[in-house]
Amino acid sequence: MNLLRLLAGRNASAPVARERLQILLAHERGLRGQPDLLGLLRAEILAVVSRHIVLDPDKVIVRMDRGKTVSTLEVDIEVPNGAERLVAAAAT
Amino acid sequence: MAKVLVVTSGKGGVGKTTSTAALGAALAQAGEKVVVVDFDVGLRNLDLVLGAERRVVFDLINVVQGVAKLSQALIRDKRLDNLWLLPASQTRDKDALTDDGVRSVIAELRTKFDWILCDSPAGIERGATLAMRYADEAVIVTNPEVSSVRDSDRIIGMLDSKTVKAERGERVEKHILITRYDSGRAARGEMLSIEDILEILATPLLGIIPESQDVLRASNVGSPVTLNNAASAPARAYTDAARRLMGETITMMVPSERKGLMNRLLGRRAA
Repeated sequence: MNLLRLLAGRNASAPVARERLQILLAHERGLRGQPDLLGLLRAEILAVVSRHIVLDPDKVIVRMDRGKTVSTLEVDIEVPNGAERLVAAAAT
Repeated sequence: MAKVLVVTSGKGGVGKTTSTAALGAALAQAGEKVVVVDFDVGLRNLDLVLGAERRVVFDLINVVQGVAKLSQALIRDKRLDNLWLLPASQTRDKDALTDDGVRSVIAELRTKFDWILCDSPAGIERGATLAMRYADEAVIVTNPEVSSVRDSDRIIGMLDSKTVKAERGERVEKHILITRYDSGRAARGEMLSIEDILEILATPLLGIIPESQDVLRASNVGSPVTLNNAASAPARAYTDAARRLMGETITMMVPSERKGLMNRLLGRRAA
């Protein structure tokens, strides 16, 4: 429409602000009212797996990565060798 | 019936106190009986913005603790007969403000006034939660700037969960008041636009207060901007916002300053 706007269009920062806010707030609203989703997941996963395998609770890592379109939930559990058999033996 | 309205924001320095004073004065100018209550314990400033700083004898904490009666603590504005101030205390003890105390003071104010405007402190701590606790309506003051919009979103979440109305399953009626808006910069993509902010916060708009020298000039002399220069752009915007609070339908616009020839040539339009 006018020269000034054309010139400014090149470094308009408002669209960046808008996009950053939309992504951030979508994330923060998801956390609201459920303050520790990861803590809850970690505790329940630990409980289920411990029924069958002897675990060191400190070796259970639950991590969530939020991407633009897809989020990933990563669960990393370190199982000591022979632990499975130990539980099986105790059960019999 | 009396209405309790909290003026809040989360972020500091966005214009809560200025807006409380201006909206309170505008409502009083429209004939409503108004009290503005300063909840910023320890850092009171509403008295200063209203030009009543030398008339404070008793304060909100004194009333809550039963040291003074409400009638002793209320200060009547010297310019507007139906505008009153209940100042905050300068005490450092923020725990002096209790939920029960606030409830009883608000209940008493409801019997005496049409509007009870609660000026919230910044933050999301006790002072801010108590200021919004008994509110029927909320004005969320927001600057067109990322940190302010984020904090407003947080405050909206609290209004929907931590107020008495929310706990009863009712809703606090929420309004966004955008302050320090520069329509020229927004048009050039340098500042979040009104549409951007409303879309992100998904809350209806009460008014748009343009960035203006009149706001500072008014606080310098201790007068709400709607009283100090009623014809100025921010004063007209606050007056329109107050009338919307009273239920009137007024076309939304950004009141503009008189533009000089150079600005017109450069295409800096008002809205």
